[in-house]
Amino acid sequence: MSWFEKLIPPKIKPGDKRGVPEGLWTRCDECGGVLYRAELERNQDVCPKCDFHMRISARRRLELFLDKNSLSEFAEQVRPVDALKFKDSRRYRDRLSEAQKKSGEKDALVVGKGLLKTRPLVVAAFEFSFMGGSMGSVVGERFARAVRQSIEDQVPLVCFSASGGARMQEALLSLMQMSKTTMALTQLYKKRLPFISVLTDPTMGGVSASFAMLGDVIIAEPRALIGFAGPRVIEQTVRQTLPEGFQRAEFLLEHGAIDMVIDRRHQREEISRLLETLKPISKDDQIETLDEIPFDVIDIEPEEVVIEARIEPEKEEG
Amino acid sequence: MDMNFLEFEKPIAELEAKIEQLRHVNPDGEFNIADEINRLEEKSRSLTRSIFSSLTSWQITQLARHPQRPYIQDYLDRIFSDFQELHGDRMFGDDQAILGGLARLQGQPVLIIGHQKGRDTTQKVERNFGMPRPEGYRKAQRLMQLANRFQIPIITFIDTPGAYPGIDAEERGQSEAIARSLFVMAELEVPVISVVIGEGGSGGALAIGVCDRLLMLQYSTYSVISPEGCASILWKKAERAADAAEAMGLTSMRLKELGLVDEVIPEPLGGAHRNPDEMASSLQDILVKELSLLQAVPADELLANREMRLMQYGEFELR
Repeated sequence: MSWFEKLIPPKIKPGDKRGVPEGLWTRCDECGGVLYRAELERNQDVCPKCDFHMRISARRRLELFLDKNSLSEFAEQVRPVDALKFKDSRRYRDRLSEAQKKSGEKDALVVGKGLLKTRPLVVAAFEFSFMGGSMGSVVGERFARAVRQSIEDQVPLVCFSASGGARMQEALLSLMQMSKTTMALTQLYKKRLPFISVLTDPTMGGVSASFAMLGDVIIAEPRALIGFAGPRVIEQTVRQTLPEGFQRAEFLLEHGAIDMVIDRRHQREEISRLLETLKPISKDDQIETLDEIPFDVIDIEPEEVVIEARIEPEKEEG
Repeated sequence: MDMNFLEFEKPIAELEAKIEQLRHVNPDGEFNIADEINRLEEKSRSLTRSIFSSLTSWQITQLARHPQRPYIQDYLDRIFSDFQELHGDRMFGDDQAILGGLARLQGQPVLIIGHQKGRDTTQKVERNFGMPRPEGYRKAQRLMQLANRFQIPIITFIDTPGAYPGIDAEERGQSEAIARSLFVMAELEVPVISVVIGEGGSGGALAIGVCDRLLMLQYSTYSVISPEGCASILWKKAERAADAAEAMGLTSMRLKELGLVDEVIPEPLGGAHRNPDEMASSLQDILVKELSLLQAVPADELLANREMRLMQYGEFELR
């Protein structure tokens, strides 16, 4: 702090949220820049000044990724229970209802059908504000149902993970969700349906050590924290300072753990292109798709549809 | 005999010390020392029985981590014959925290995979306290695929505090290594039996634990996180580990009740380390029995059953 600042403290200090007026303005946690909220939203919650990718809710994520109003959620009826009567400093039941109130979700994963540039697919997105996006029985079951739906509809699966790992309050039941979700994926692989795993900040522990790392293509958002053990645990174990950028998306890319790092604003485009190459959409599917699109969604250029419909139908297996 | 008693075994330890003293007394006729020793030994046994009949989850956790608890290597010679260790992941190295190889169980070829903790300090360091790095899991995957190709059933021994939380482990893809192991195991066309013989520590344990039959020794534990880790996160105090152990229900009995474990194998009085021979012998009997049951199942049915088994995990409601 300079002598001048000591005399007259600045009204807005970096990292001091109190200095930001509520509502219209917000602040970037990374660069400290004061941002106009509407502009930030237009920019998909990526800081226009430093490109920092802010954490977003599951619904916002799907809204940004899918064609307008095309999400049709399923498996909402799968709801959490406190099977173990788990109690730490507070009861799991109470934590659940508080998380439900806070996040507006029933558990930490939202799954549904949707359209990506008119291509039908199944999507899953983690709600990080729901107990740190932790995976318990409901997350496991909803993910398994998402896989089943992909197989039934013969469409790809795209999952956006944001999770601290397994949910401790469901103890071993949570751990077993790792093998359950993985088992589900073996079925998807057999059907040759693509699974695109998008790792967002943060993807750790039991989620990263199961389905999230089993994508046919694994994509990460810039700067996302991704790993098995948390940085604090590692630091305590090895008693060393962690290298700069350790466990960040770019670090993983450099170490060969993921396929690419893609900016949130380009994910629709890039994933759509990937899917088009991995699993070209058939003429029949395309037409069916157009019938299924809700009226207000058809805001695409007619040419785009024609181009996609020209692609040869996929050959039958065997 | 150095029994290495735990804190809650103190009354037993005192009694045993007394017996030990008596053994060194010169027999001088009058007083029948042998009788007295017998009497005290009986007393020690009944005291052990009574203490062990109501152990807390935390006490069981301590038994699971007992410094003298039999490790996979202690069971190898007692249960199997013709063990040939196979090394390396063919990519980076040979992780000593996971041991694997071919052997025979009463003549039947089997593949054995297990965590190995190491007994003395040198071994512990060599074995990294039973905490595998990615190359350990990749070695396990390679060996399991080998067994799969030659239709050899697999038996895994789980005993780890968890996968190693280190910089190098993260650099080489600890998450992927574990995830891939789960995937490989889910697709195996040979029977897989897993036995938790000590600590079943989280994903690091599960990575060799996707199976058709899950067995647990009576005083072993299996949990999503260590009690200390759970306590430091949820209670913000590692000292509340005993409470965390209780809340997580990590004991074999509790997990059997929850339907997550198929069978609990009773341990000798005072725990497996008191009588490794007896422990190995009952473990062998059960392995032989379970294996013959699984081998009677055709491969496609085996896979379908495994899928059903895994897909059933979880407690939720439908509304």
